[in-house]
Amino acid sequence: MKMTYREAIRQAMHEALAADPRVFLMGEDVGRYGGTYACSKGFLEEFGPERIRDTPLSELGFVGAGIGAALGGMRPIVEVMTVNFSLLALDQIVNTAAALRHMSGGQFSVPLVLRMATGAGRQLAAQHSHSLENWYAHIPGIKVLAPATIADARGMLGPALADPDPVVIFEHAQLYNMEGALPDDWRCDITTAAQRRAGTDISLITYGGSLPKTLAAAEQLAAEGIAAEVIDLRVLRPLDTDTIAASLRKTHKAVVVDEGWKSGSLAAEVMARIVEDCFFDLDAPVARVCSEEVPIPYAKHMEEAALPQAPKIVAAVMMVLGK
Amino acid sequence: MPVPYDKAFAQKLLADMLRIRRMEEKCAELYGAQKIRGFLHLYIGEEACAVGALHALTADDNIVATYREHGHALVRGVSMNAIMAEMFGKRAGCSRGRGGSMHLFDAATRFYGGNAIVGGGLPLAVGFALADKLQGKQRVTACFFGEGAMAEGAFHESMNLAALWQLPVLFCCENNLYAMGTALARSEAQTDLCAKAASYAVPTLKADGMDIVAVHEAMKLAARHVRDGLGPFFLELQTYRFRAHSMFDPELYRDKAEVEQWKQRGPLHTFSARLKAEGKLTEEEFLALDAKANAEVQAAVDFAEAAAWEPVADLLKDVHTP
Ligand SMILES: Cc1ncc(C[n+]2csc(CCOP(=O)(O)OP(=O)(O)O)c2C)c(N)n1
Ligand SMILES: [Mg+2]
Repeated sequence: MKMTYREAIRQAMHEALAADPRVFLMGEDVGRYGGTYACSKGFLEEFGPERIRDTPLSELGFVGAGIGAALGGMRPIVEVMTVNFSLLALDQIVNTAAALRHMSGGQFSVPLVLRMATGAGRQLAAQHSHSLENWYAHIPGIKVLAPATIADARGMLGPALADPDPVVIFEHAQLYNMEGALPDDWRCDITTAAQRRAGTDISLITYGGSLPKTLAAAEQLAAEGIAAEVIDLRVLRPLDTDTIAASLRKTHKAVVVDEGWKSGSLAAEVMARIVEDCFFDLDAPVARVCSEEVPIPYAKHMEEAALPQAPKIVAAVMMVLGK
Repeated sequence: MPVPYDKAFAQKLLADMLRIRRMEEKCAELYGAQKIRGFLHLYIGEEACAVGALHALTADDNIVATYREHGHALVRGVSMNAIMAEMFGKRAGCSRGRGGSMHLFDAATRFYGGNAIVGGGLPLAVGFALADKLQGKQRVTACFFGEGAMAEGAFHESMNLAALWQLPVLFCCENNLYAMGTALARSEAQTDLCAKAASYAVPTLKADGMDIVAVHEAMKLAARHVRDGLGPFFLELQTYRFRAHSMFDPELYRDKAEVEQWKQRGPLHTFSARLKAEGKLTEEEFLALDAKANAEVQAAVDFAEAAAWEPVADLLKDVHTP
């Protein structure tokens, strides 16, 4: 069945709301407006305002309320419109949701799902273009997911809600309109990375909104006789290093593609894991393609220059291969 | 009440509202033509607020605004050419093409943005006022924000700091009744915004934001209070946006009839009618002002079209101060 990423997210939430009375959705404009990205269109009419709860502009407040509701027996899906605004809620996420179970000596779990759009590419400029997945992936106590395919958009929410601990789901804003076939076996885990394209010459490791760009680069490389393997991390915390290592044992070379800024990026962490676990499998230094270290500019050509793009990925591969 | 201004000033107010309206109508068109991209939040319907308010300030005052700030920038004195070039993403734009519609900045007119994080400008305004107080300056910092921002912690923290330290901040809330698709009554338990602000021991006033005279008089009073060193002031301007929140908004949350009703009170036609009735404006004069605004818009579009792009080599320029 063909559908958009948006529709897959919508169906996943619909299924959860219909199946479990403890599940409710809350966030800015999830109800009357139909969701900023139209992921909850029609939900208010179907599930009512108690379960499809429009919130004021109070990110810290309603994320914290989601944590409390989770502790109190509910299964909240809290939508923070975008990662940019989640910065106002960081305190509750880091100091409460992530820490509570451990600092209470294991007494309290927080079964909360936080969803937010992320990423650049729509000329929204510096304050609306962040990719801060790595900030969240830094925090022990939360799990961080980045669905990059229709199947993951459909499949990841279920296990996230079933998880007894907080799960943060990043939906890249550029993916909502992506269309594709939903496979019959869309049900998935939220523990492993996935191979999206098989290859033997080099491993391209990426996640989220950079996956389509990386697959496009792999396609271009194939035309030049280079067989690139593409690994989609899917789960940014905890990282599935086994899948990365298995790929590297085959290809012995890697390029990491990450929309985050280079310094302190998730790419940096992946490279460090490769050095820790696969050093003796490597035939060349590992390279990465990240965003330039600049607040994302508005003008189209400048924004494009700031972000990872297929040609930059191809160039990085050529450098690693010494071509 | 008759318009308490001479013909020249009254026509100046009208002319500025027309300049904003015509500029933004063109922006909407250019958005359709993909010349302007990203988010575009139009101020159409709310023009009396920026025009009435900013004409009550002096060139030495500070302005902090939101992403719905084209009108504020223009009336403040940022050239339409520089605003239009910014929306085109050109180097000649007031933010070098890096900010776009939501991030207009201009040091020369003390226009400090252009903030696209709701509530983000309020603490900044408190800081400007603190600097002025510490340096013994008699300046007003006017901070514009929507009623949606009043649900953010930043609003409450800023109000308290400004009141506690008796800082010269003029908090100017443009209450257009909606924050994206969320109506005021669905986001505030206390919908009397002045009552909320008053809880911080800050004097408050509400004014009809569709009536430029009411806005201007209220703002003069508020600015005098702040300039006289009597501490912060909270002004609520009750207004309405005629267009969608941004260019992506299908407007499922409000009635067409409600919008039409508010349009009856549109600040442009009501004020022109008033001036005409009082003999302060003729139809010819109105048409001349309108033609002048349209000509300014066309010149700005031509300027923006012809302007150069910033070279990609400059991408990392200005991340830090050299
Ligand atoms: C902290 C934060 N949360 C959410 C948003 C998304 N957003 C942008 S404008 C807006 C509505 C703001 O309404 P209001 O303050 O009333 O101003 P208006 O748009 O009506 O002028 C929302 C929710 C944002 N920019 N910043
Ligand atoms: Mg509003």
